[in-house]
Amino acid sequence: MKSYEEFLRSIPQKSCIDETHDFLGEISRKQELNAFITLNEENAVCAAAESDVRFADGRPRSLEGMIVALKDNIATAGIRTTCASKMLENYVPVSNASVADSLRESGAVVIGKTNMDEFAMGSSNENSVFGAVAHPLNADYVPGGSSGGSAVAVAAGMAHAALGTDTGGSVRQPAAFCGVVGFKPSYGRISRSGVVAFASSFDQIGIFAPDVYSTARIFDAVSGRDRRDSTTADLPPAQSFDTVRRPLPEHFTVATLPDDQLEGCDEDVMCVYRRSLEIWLSAGAKIMTATIPHSEAWIPAYYVLATAEASSNLARFDGIRYGCRVAGDYDDITVASRSQGFGAEVKRRIMLGTYVLSSGYYDSYFGKAQRARRLIYDGYASIFEKADILFLPTTPTPAFRRGEKINDPVAMYLSDYFTVSANLAGIPAVSVPAGESAGGMPVGMQLQARRYDDERLLQFARCFQESAKI
Amino acid sequence: MTESIVSNTSIVETNSEYEAVIGLEVHAQLLTESKAFCGCSSDFGALPNTNVCPVCLGHPGSLPKLNRNLVEFILKMGLATGCKIREHSIFSRKNYFYADLPKGYQISQYSDPICYDGKIEIELGDGATKRIGITRIHMEEDTGKSIHDLDIDTLIDYNRCGVPLIEIVSEPDIRSATEAYQYLMQIRQIVMYLGICDGNLEEGSLRCDANVSVRKRGSTKFGVKTEVKNLNSFRNVEKAIGYETDRQIALIKSGGFVTQETRMWDASSQQTKLMRSKEQAHDYRYFPEPDLAGVYVNAEWVERVKSVLPELPMERKQRFMNFYGLPRYDAGIFVEDKSLSDFFERCAGELETKSADRFKAVSNWIMTEVMRILSDRKIGINELAVLPKHIAELVELFVGEVVSSKIAKEIFSDVLANGKSPKVIVSEKNLAQISDVAQIEKAVSEILAANGDNVEKYKAGKTNLFGFFVSQTLKATGGRANPRIVTEELQRQLNAV
Repeated sequence: MKSYEEFLRSIPQKSCIDETHDFLGEISRKQELNAFITLNEENAVCAAAESDVRFADGRPRSLEGMIVALKDNIATAGIRTTCASKMLENYVPVSNASVADSLRESGAVVIGKTNMDEFAMGSSNENSVFGAVAHPLNADYVPGGSSGGSAVAVAAGMAHAALGTDTGGSVRQPAAFCGVVGFKPSYGRISRSGVVAFASSFDQIGIFAPDVYSTARIFDAVSGRDRRDSTTADLPPAQSFDTVRRPLPEHFTVATLPDDQLEGCDEDVMCVYRRSLEIWLSAGAKIMTATIPHSEAWIPAYYVLATAEASSNLARFDGIRYGCRVAGDYDDITVASRSQGFGAEVKRRIMLGTYVLSSGYYDSYFGKAQRARRLIYDGYASIFEKADILFLPTTPTPAFRRGEKINDPVAMYLSDYFTVSANLAGIPAVSVPAGESAGGMPVGMQLQARRYDDERLLQFARCFQESAKI
Repeated sequence: MTESIVSNTSIVETNSEYEAVIGLEVHAQLLTESKAFCGCSSDFGALPNTNVCPVCLGHPGSLPKLNRNLVEFILKMGLATGCKIREHSIFSRKNYFYADLPKGYQISQYSDPICYDGKIEIELGDGATKRIGITRIHMEEDTGKSIHDLDIDTLIDYNRCGVPLIEIVSEPDIRSATEAYQYLMQIRQIVMYLGICDGNLEEGSLRCDANVSVRKRGSTKFGVKTEVKNLNSFRNVEKAIGYETDRQIALIKSGGFVTQETRMWDASSQQTKLMRSKEQAHDYRYFPEPDLAGVYVNAEWVERVKSVLPELPMERKQRFMNFYGLPRYDAGIFVEDKSLSDFFERCAGELETKSADRFKAVSNWIMTEVMRILSDRKIGINELAVLPKHIAELVELFVGEVVSSKIAKEIFSDVLANGKSPKVIVSEKNLAQISDVAQIEKAVSEILAANGDNVEKYKAGKTNLFGFFVSQTLKATGGRANPRIVTEELQRQLNAV
């Protein structure tokens, strides 16, 4: 891993152009990881050159020279944005996602577009038309998903940081598997404009970085109200970089889950979890146990609501205006194009989502799941009346083997067990590297906070990461 | 659209055994400058696929943004029809696949629409009114247009895609094709008065679907309904509903039963035809639109819109009858076209002497002379270059007997041709009517003297020669002699012979 913080300390001995070439070299040496779908070499080198001038002139912008990779569901004007799907294999957006604009305006260097599960649907990055992404430590293991390419890009030193999207854990889970920081802000803090939607009321752009400092820098640069996205919160851009450097308050409370809500975790994860609680205690935390209500409903509610939205969001891929088109009669084009353009997992979720919205089933599935969502939100609110943060594992297990769960969707979906609730409630959550398994695979722990309390959440995460010394 | 004649072709209106129960769903395309959820122009007539952007084309990652004018416009309609306004309403997605629907769903409102529980008054013949309930009015976006009738292929124009619509859903309070016609006419007038829609059915800016069922008169239960689509003119609305009610009654009378289905009005065969059965009906899988925040309308906003609502057609009609003393018929004709009624008011306002007979004279002049020109030239009143002041002058010239109505018509042609004031034309061309009794007396005696033989015949009983004497006298004065005085003078002199 190469951090931006270190790079900043190496300026002016090292130039941005050199740093960019180093990263490009690393990417080309590690092609077998399959982390990138499309590289942006020329533009990256030009941007780096501009950054060098800025540094030399003493007027660097907030992310000057930071090498960033973008998940390939974030639109980049003139650079194809595939969502790792045959459907969009050759789709080139006409405009940038708002985050892509913000990154450029802040001086970041976009180095390329990363591999992912098709349309962000998956937890292992095995559902990509461009092939699976390998875990940097062991190619037989998955890096997690759906933002696997972005997690690997940071973990394997191919970018200072990366953006992904987190609909049910797609940033935090691969961050935990790969041993990097993965932050999903509160719903509405970062504009979704230009993010190819999976489930609109859950999708949130997330940030991968080796440490919380770089995470905070990016968050400050890309957050805030966006006219192009009506669901962005009416809040100013974050100012977390200042917040994260502050020490923890003298008195604070960390809530943890009761044992029965941790039953699904394997011993490796529990081991790290228990050691992490010691860290909190020695940092002066008051520990309390809190139950998030309806834990049995997290996964079902999430998969009902998210697939329902997905079935509608993905209806636009009809082979008429852009994307994969299979020739046929007027009435056949859409059926043929969708049959060939989408992979198996995407089709499964479209069918599931279509089913739960069908007339006669709406109340028993969608309506019920919405009520569960409300209860989960309320449950969180009452926890955060008493606790500053909720502390829990990011995933029940460390990275698993390739092929292990690909034919068992339910087992795959359960790897999102600890992450989906934050998306259901719209609260911020961050996965921080906290230890490793007996087999040497990274294990991440998760911190969650009250909605819009992102800055303070990052402050706790910074302190935890430094105390855990990973 | 000026004739509101409704032929009672349907048997249901004369049938005492059955009655029709009808509800209308009317879509009105709004005249906002930009589309409902993006900044594209909503103008018609642009080259195909030029008023489009990533949002209305449904490009991946694009997000809708609500045009506040759409809310403003629907509030006008809601308040004009006495609807309650929901403080917080949400958008929903109506999901279905169609090539001219880029996102695969239409953004609409489903549960809890912004306007609900209103009413529209319609007039039935002699001025009696009936209240038709409005269930709801909601916002949605239009689709693109598929063009199939080209040899090469199917083409799609997305310019219309995302243009805002409101859907006005009535209660099943309508009982006949005539009432349906009147209801739709009222809606058309209201949206035009509000300036939110151009009201054109033929071009599709106003679209109408009808839910039709029949039941035994006196029954309170509803019969099975059919939905009739493709009602793209006022005449078709009336004919299709008439046809459909007759079809249903005939079906029931012959021992059959009506099935719930969607039918299409086929104007060429003058029938409704099966479009899709209940089993084939779309399942739209409505759910709340997650890309848009809710619509909040506070009391202040409602009050502001209420305070700028214009006078509505029914109110204006009543005022024309009360204030100007116009007959119901005249008021009805004007009010049908807001610009025409505005024109009448401007003309009436220019009269020097404001009296009921002069208002009526202005009305007559507009309804005959002005409207003839409009229909000859196929234009609207705003396209006719004539000043209301000139109409008022002209009317005063002939009401005051300065010119005859024949001369007045000639002057009107001049006014239209060169825009001169009628008064100026009269003095320039010396057209003023001769009302000087002495002058006319002289002309009459000359005519009678020159036509002694006809005077003989007249005295002998051939009284229809009177017209001959009138026309001879008028001719002798270049048409300017006041016909009333000529008549009086002729009678006096002939009696004296």
